[in-house]
Amino acid sequence: MELDPNEHALHNAPFLWRTPEPKKSYEAIIVGGGLHGLATAYYLAKNHGMTDIAVVERGWLGNGNAVRNTTIIRSNYLWDESAAMYEHALKLWEGLADDLDYDVMFSQRGVLNLAHNLHDVRESIRRVEANRLNGVDAEWLDADAVKEFCPIVDISPEARYPVMGATLQRRGGIARHDAVVFALGRAADALGVDLIQGCEVTGIDVVDGRVAGLQTSKGPIAAGKVGLVAAGRTSLLTAMAGFDLPIQSHPLQALVSEVYEQVLNCVVMSNAVHVYVSQAHKGELVMGAGIDAFNSYAQRGGLHVIEEQMSAGMELFPQFSRARVMRTWGGIVDVCPDASPIVGLTPVENLYVNCGWGTGGFKATPGSGWVMAHTIATGEPHELNRPFSMTRFETGELIDEHGAAAVAH
Amino acid sequence: MFEIRCPYCGPRDEPEFKYGGQAHVAYPADPELLSDEEWARFLFVRDNSRGRYAERWNHAAGCRRWFNVIRDTGTHELVGSYRVGEQPEDAR
Repeated sequence: MELDPNEHALHNAPFLWRTPEPKKSYEAIIVGGGLHGLATAYYLAKNHGMTDIAVVERGWLGNGNAVRNTTIIRSNYLWDESAAMYEHALKLWEGLADDLDYDVMFSQRGVLNLAHNLHDVRESIRRVEANRLNGVDAEWLDADAVKEFCPIVDISPEARYPVMGATLQRRGGIARHDAVVFALGRAADALGVDLIQGCEVTGIDVVDGRVAGLQTSKGPIAAGKVGLVAAGRTSLLTAMAGFDLPIQSHPLQALVSEVYEQVLNCVVMSNAVHVYVSQAHKGELVMGAGIDAFNSYAQRGGLHVIEEQMSAGMELFPQFSRARVMRTWGGIVDVCPDASPIVGLTPVENLYVNCGWGTGGFKATPGSGWVMAHTIATGEPHELNRPFSMTRFETGELIDEHGAAAVAH
Repeated sequence: MFEIRCPYCGPRDEPEFKYGGQAHVAYPADPELLSDEEWARFLFVRDNSRGRYAERWNHAAGCRRWFNVIRDTGTHELVGSYRVGEQPEDAR
């Protein structure tokens, strides 16, 4: 049966957004209806007054990485360029529910990054100092203070990887990712953005070095400007426009346990043991770890990777041995050689790209959308994304967050 | 997890292997003649296509030798393996 949104609305269950057919042309089109795409569209409309725009999404909103991430938000990155970008995002998170008039359940419960050896301790303290110099809140806690902040972490010296301390970002935390999809989609729609689902891009029209429009499963759509915000599938799109990016697509897996009483009051991440854990508002323990090493576009990975992250989780929280896994899943992440994103101009005029967020894009959502909207609207990168250009691989000005960013990628 | 056929040891589970990325990436013949753009391309840009993909694997927990695999990045189907020095059409 075909659902009529208006009919449905009569039954007191209004849809959050319209489901329009594409117009013949738009001032700008965003390819990819994930969180960064929705945020880009929202800020294009809100900050730059561009409302003749569409988001085209091959699946449906709230289908891809938008709802496959582990919902962690923090800005404690080592390098200046990253700290500026993620801190901008964190400040936007702090006002996002009010701005969008929708509770995204942003909970600033604090993020611990554990140190398990002398090297970790030195790197952690260095990062705390770097964060403070960049105006990012950061503290160093010794093992006893870690225990006080997060009572269920095992800090006994007999542990295989003893906890020697941790960095703490109190303003970090989690949000409910589905709610962020709902909030951004609704707000963008209300400003006039067409959110077009089930619309796969099959070609990018380039005329005299300038983007002219898209070929899609719903027919051709002309566009003055196009922003590619397609995460793990960005390479497939840029190939249509005739250029390559230095990104590789990998599966990244996560899992949730069955629902338990609230036992974990903050986010705990460990680089050496390699797991990150939090507890969702509803009560599931949420765990993630590293990528499956191989290239893939299939949204799944190997069980041995899940096994490794669970054994790492058990190392830190022996009591979790009795927790039961409810669900595991994978998403496709786009990883850059320096573990930093590419946001900016491309060799094709009026075609812009926002990708390479790899394993950590969720936290950047509003900041990423903000700077991408600026880039599309003005044709020039925002001050915050200027260093994240694709030309940095030629100039050597890499932003090497591998390991530096408080988590291994 | 999938099963990979090591050309030396036979079929083994994936955790015995380490991944080595795209196969057949040749070192530039005259690296000193490359522009920054060409050098960046050699260093950082690898094929990221969907479909059949020639890639390197190392049998880390076995014979510790490198070899090549043809695998479909869209489905994880393993088409075949072949030794260094052989060509993709030798995969079995």
